[in-house]
Amino acid sequence: MKWIVDMFTSTLGRKLLMALTGLFLILFLAVHLAGNLQLLKDDGGRAFNIYAEFMSSNALIQFVSKGNFFFILLHTGMAIALTIKNRKARGPEGYAVVSGKSSHWTSRNMGILGTLILVFIVTHLYHFWAQMHGYWGNITTLDYDGKPVRDLYTLVDMWFAKGWYVGLYVFCMAAIAFHLWHGFASAFQTLGLNHLKYNGVINVIGKAFAILVPAGFAFIPLKMYFS
Amino acid sequence: MKITLKIWRQQGPNTKGHFKTYKLDHVSTDMSFLEMLDVLNQDLIKKGEEPVAFDHDCREGICGMCSLYINGRPHGPLQTTTCQLHMRTFSDGETITIEPWRASAFPILKDLVVDRSAFDRIQQAGGYISVNTGGVPDANEIPISKKIADEAMDAAQCIGCGACVAACKNASAMLFVSAKVSQFALLPQGKPERKERVEKMVAQMDAEGFGACTNTRACEAECPKGIQITNIARMNREYFSAMVSSYEVAAGEGGAG
Repeated sequence: MKWIVDMFTSTLGRKLLMALTGLFLILFLAVHLAGNLQLLKDDGGRAFNIYAEFMSSNALIQFVSKGNFFFILLHTGMAIALTIKNRKARGPEGYAVVSGKSSHWTSRNMGILGTLILVFIVTHLYHFWAQMHGYWGNITTLDYDGKPVRDLYTLVDMWFAKGWYVGLYVFCMAAIAFHLWHGFASAFQTLGLNHLKYNGVINVIGKAFAILVPAGFAFIPLKMYFS
Repeated sequence: MKITLKIWRQQGPNTKGHFKTYKLDHVSTDMSFLEMLDVLNQDLIKKGEEPVAFDHDCREGICGMCSLYINGRPHGPLQTTTCQLHMRTFSDGETITIEPWRASAFPILKDLVVDRSAFDRIQQAGGYISVNTGGVPDANEIPISKKIADEAMDAAQCIGCGACVAACKNASAMLFVSAKVSQFALLPQGKPERKERVEKMVAQMDAEGFGACTNTRACEAECPKGIQITNIARMNREYFSAMVSSYEVAAGEGGAG
């Protein structure tokens, strides 16, 4: 079984893990956005609360959610390991003059964008996930036709009423957009899925996803803040 | 034309280097970049100073010997080799910064000369095919489509100059290694060692201390031979499928791996 260790400790193997976890997290973003859009429904948060209650109590969802946490950590860990290797590969003396003409800005700054996103994820978990799961604060429980449902909507509404928080949230969505702008197609390239017949489709879907999904996320707090 | 040169000077592999500024007052726009450096060196020799060491050989853009990181780009502002770069590309009075390739796998020997033997060791690890002795086989015996032959030839154009490593923010050698893997992987002649080749070459690439690919595509933009990153995707495919399906190959077994 030495080959498995060899494969996943090689630069290509580590990149493979980056790509696979990245693509999983892209899928997660789409699902998360679909859930969040229920915040826009004009029903006092009933649909959103029922959805959130289901997501935080269903065993299968909770299992996938643990996997999601693990993949975020794996994606981060691999990024750190690769970045250290890459810095070492340049050597102690860097270039005095570097032209930025030969590559796109996002592709050179995935680390900075990723760090911003990680900080966002941690604060986001602290504000919503930790309270929903009762680690701190006291989330109120509502009664929907005899069923107890935690009132996440009111919590979200409270945070999205703060202008500075909405600003920060939108800023972090922009970071995700730039991260995806490079990351989506890049993951396919790393997996070796580069083919003239499909490159166009992958690029178009990647760029569309990078704009539409973060824009969707950012639209929700903006709408709730201004209404 | 008049130019100012900021050139990296370093006595040897273990000494500390620094930039030194030189002024040239009579540079012809028709000079190649290397001829301009020859003129500078003649001046330095006349003055009793040590000339600037730089790599060069054929000066026809085919040997892969010349290097130089000029104004923040390998082989200068055009997508060509330094020997094919002419002074007309620069403007009168311009300050040109010349640095050596920067990569821990390419240690500096002197001034602008780096040791690129890491590339040779990667080639030796697996960049070959087995050719049996005996009668000469008929050239048309093995059918190869024109498109595949062209693609293999495109990959084989790599001259191993190391511009990809120099251009990459991670000093990754993936464009070079993938071109060498691709030129054989595409052709029937390369099939016998196909899996072993990619495993050994990637293992050697890692052992030499090159960085990982972040798909910035800077290598492709700077490669004087127009090698494309489709080769890197092919190498990734070859590597993953080889790793999960080949007989186990330990690095260091055979070749120079």
